[in-house]
Amino acid sequence: MSFDATHQKEQFKSVGTRPLRPDGVDKVTGRARYGADFNMPGQLVARVLRSPHAHARIVKIDTTRAEAVKGVKAVVTADDLPDLTNGDAALFAILDNCMARTKALYDGHAVAAVAAIDEKAAKQALKLIDVEYEVLPHVVDVDAAMAPDAPVLNDAIFTEGVTPKPDTASNVANRSEFGHGDVEAGFEAADFIVERSYKTGQTHQGYIEPHACVASCNPDGTAELWVCTQGHFVYRQNCADLLGLEVSKLRVTSSEIGGGFGGKTHVWAEPVALALSRKAGRPVKLVMSREEVFRASGPTSATSIDVKIGARKDGRITAATATLRYTSGPYPDMWAELGAMTSFACYDLENVKTVGFEVVVNRPKVAAYRAPSAPMAAFAVESAVDELAHKIGMDAVAFRIKNAAKEGTKSSYGPVYGPIGIGPTLEAAKAHPHMSAPLRENQGRGMACGFWFNFGGQTCTDLNINADGTVTLAVGTVDVGGSRASLSLIAAEELGIEYQDVKAVVADTATLGYNDMTDGSRGTFSSSMATISAARNAVEIMRQRAALMWDIPVEDIYWEDGHAKAAGSKYGNLAPLSVKDIAAESGNTGGPIAGHSELVADGAGVSFATHICDVEVDPETGSTRIVRYTVIQDAGKAVHPSYVEGQYQGGAAQGIGWALNEEYIYGDDGRLQNPGFLDYRIPVCSDLPMIDTQILEIPNPNHPYGVRGVGETSIVPPLAAIANAVSNAAGVRMSHIPMSPPRILAALKDAKG
Amino acid sequence: MRYERPETITDATALLENAPDRAFVLAGGTDLLVRMQNDDFEAELVVDIKSIAGMTEISETQDAFVVGAGVPCAALSENAALVAAWPGVVEAANLIGSTQIQGRCTMAGNLCNASPAADSVPALVAAGAQVRIAGPSGLRTAAVEDVPQSPGKTSLKKGEFIEAIELAKPGPRSGDAYLRFIPRTEMDIAVVGVGVRLVLDDAGVVTSARIALGAVGPKVLLVKEAADAVIGTGLDDAALDALATACSDAATPIDDKRGTVEFRKEVAGVLARRAARIAYTRAGGSQ
Repeated sequence: MSFDATHQKEQFKSVGTRPLRPDGVDKVTGRARYGADFNMPGQLVARVLRSPHAHARIVKIDTTRAEAVKGVKAVVTADDLPDLTNGDAALFAILDNCMARTKALYDGHAVAAVAAIDEKAAKQALKLIDVEYEVLPHVVDVDAAMAPDAPVLNDAIFTEGVTPKPDTASNVANRSEFGHGDVEAGFEAADFIVERSYKTGQTHQGYIEPHACVASCNPDGTAELWVCTQGHFVYRQNCADLLGLEVSKLRVTSSEIGGGFGGKTHVWAEPVALALSRKAGRPVKLVMSREEVFRASGPTSATSIDVKIGARKDGRITAATATLRYTSGPYPDMWAELGAMTSFACYDLENVKTVGFEVVVNRPKVAAYRAPSAPMAAFAVESAVDELAHKIGMDAVAFRIKNAAKEGTKSSYGPVYGPIGIGPTLEAAKAHPHMSAPLRENQGRGMACGFWFNFGGQTCTDLNINADGTVTLAVGTVDVGGSRASLSLIAAEELGIEYQDVKAVVADTATLGYNDMTDGSRGTFSSSMATISAARNAVEIMRQRAALMWDIPVEDIYWEDGHAKAAGSKYGNLAPLSVKDIAAESGNTGGPIAGHSELVADGAGVSFATHICDVEVDPETGSTRIVRYTVIQDAGKAVHPSYVEGQYQGGAAQGIGWALNEEYIYGDDGRLQNPGFLDYRIPVCSDLPMIDTQILEIPNPNHPYGVRGVGETSIVPPLAAIANAVSNAAGVRMSHIPMSPPRILAALKDAKG
Repeated sequence: MRYERPETITDATALLENAPDRAFVLAGGTDLLVRMQNDDFEAELVVDIKSIAGMTEISETQDAFVVGAGVPCAALSENAALVAAWPGVVEAANLIGSTQIQGRCTMAGNLCNASPAADSVPALVAAGAQVRIAGPSGLRTAAVEDVPQSPGKTSLKKGEFIEAIELAKPGPRSGDAYLRFIPRTEMDIAVVGVGVRLVLDDAGVVTSARIALGAVGPKVLLVKEAADAVIGTGLDDAALDALATACSDAATPIDDKRGTVEFRKEVAGVLARRAARIAYTRAGGSQ
């Protein structure tokens, strides 16, 4: 049945309310089962041996002594994960990252793993694996890695995207370029120009739940994986590819998830756990320690960015350029490209050019982190925009309003925008009481804008109407932020029933068709579209059943307020049939009633936000306190406003940590110095004020209810908003994130001369 | 691993004296249990001292408060007399970790962990606190500043453990304070810590001062030059400047993941100035 996804619905009964989440009680009582809470009879404990070197050739691995330890059932190395990637570079990168093959490419890179009957035996065995390394020169800094004399990580990397293709290998994996117009001419026309360079440290998503899984390879060639993930279908595909399994023979069940933020969209330990289970013939549980999580999973790119923006006296930007250098860990990806695409997406520019360089370094493989690559680009661009506004003598908000993109603007990365929220969020900021609230001594206010694409993707949903008229909704997108509640609201809305009568579950990979993972802010956007589609299919069936019950033509039955109603005066005396009425008779009218939907959720509406932030800087210590924070963001339509607000607040909180203190710190030896929450400082509760939110609703024309993804954009503006606030509070413009107290104090002393 | 819970000091010292090398005293456990999670850490013997009589009590003699080695830091703040006498020490002890940690952690453990960043230690040193050390050959006392030697190392000999910390009852017109710098607001570790204790005369002139710095050297520093800078003054701006300079000069920090040399030296002076003002006010002085 063809599905019309265009935005039509304006009036809502369930959508927009704030019921309790169905998974809430389990979570607050400790019953919810996370990755490490699953156990199987006879399961073994896995431990991973990791490289202490940032860059080293693996000369030899001898596992003989480890295998002899009593209780050890399997030891695996790269030999146990043969290369089945068949020239697929991205898949090979996943394989090599899971288990180093010829070289260890970062401190923490897995080189071997053990499965044993208990932790003690596994730990003992790890110490008895003999690895002979030839330590190689390493490089962790993005600019240093681009220098001509830098140690080259991979002899097969020749910069893509430049003509002619270089004939020497380097750490620059690719160059990407976006933009339009003539920037040289644009700068000629400018009265004022700001040109600055910025750096940002590498951060980790900091999810509280470490990666955890239980893998079980069975003698019949089937396998099961219970895992904490943002996308069990993607994990199934990756693991099946790497282990040479047919996809249908690997069943993956996602657990509850204690945070992912993009970090659980990539496999790390799971193929290793499966390889151990296959070798040992027993289930294997692998739980990463916090130190392993920091050293070997997750992080975002460290960056170095140059920005140049010119404007006329009247405040119109005439040209803008950015050169963005992003680390990707040892394996190239598209992080710099995403940065280059998002840099100037908030603005309507005649002349714009961005260039991204993807740089490999001896750090862990970069993973997505909430609007990946956008926060750093926004930090650089929004800092320069702010400085330019000051230079011209314009109010920072007014300057942005004057240059904001709108419907019909050709974006800096190519597409022409439909209806978008940047202008409205700026107008809302201008009018917000926060903007005019008084500030005290040593306090300053900053603001900044942010953009994220949002994503739709492949989605498959089943909606079953039970005999009592309640509804079971099976979705394939992992619930990372309350989507089971939101999707239940959607089903209730579409069917015209109560929220309490819908129970949403995340189905495993054997019971539902393929779903892309919960990333790109797509969980609620795409699964709600599929849920609406499935519900409409179920309504069609219910109309048919009503026709049978009433013995009238189905064309004469319409669906309204949760009931089948007979049209026209001809059937005037027929009382409407509720879902419960129809469901109760389903056994006699054709059997179970269900709606199914499979679709590609196109048209995820782009997302914009404007943040306002007040900080107080202690001029004697460089310590920064966030005094007040306001997030204004377009949600399209907020399905469950509390969880939309939660996303706004969560992104801001993570951005505050990134802006002020979070950073991977490497020693001269290339080893990570702070793989733990003591010295990798995410904010604690008392570091944050209550983060105020304002939801704007500019409907997405491509979703029946107007929904846009909301999960990621909220982390884009904070770095810049806080930097701008610090600049206004302390009179120093910080160009290096995090703005830790030593950096701010040093800048204050420099400013004094 | 062997776990023992002796009920007498003699049994405890005997266990420790005859123990293998990897023997540890367990009080609150907030450092030890965390270290035990580490793959590279193995304990052969753990001696839990909390069942020894008096170990979890705060008692008072004519001249002093005696804080048992097993007294959790949170309990210090519930002892009104102690809070009135040594507010800086109590505040320092209650900056350690989080609320949950403070329910277990002890000042004696904080001292014996021998981290240069220990929060309670500079405050205890400024207060002139003594430790009672039980050992195979009996009891001895030592100044708190003589216990830590370098990160992770103390002057305690094999078989010895700290039984209690003694804080003399202060005379009139005295006050103490402790301030630390952390990048966050709590659940963090000191980048710089400063403990100050001042005694004033009736005119508000400082007659005695002890100033101790934490996290700016391999162990806590008792800075005599800083004390000299304020003794004989009414803590005027010139005295505070001299105090800050003395503290910055005395600090011998390193560059590490928690801060730079320059930052720590500077902030040692800033915090000394601020802590001295608090101690001065507590001693009844008015600036």
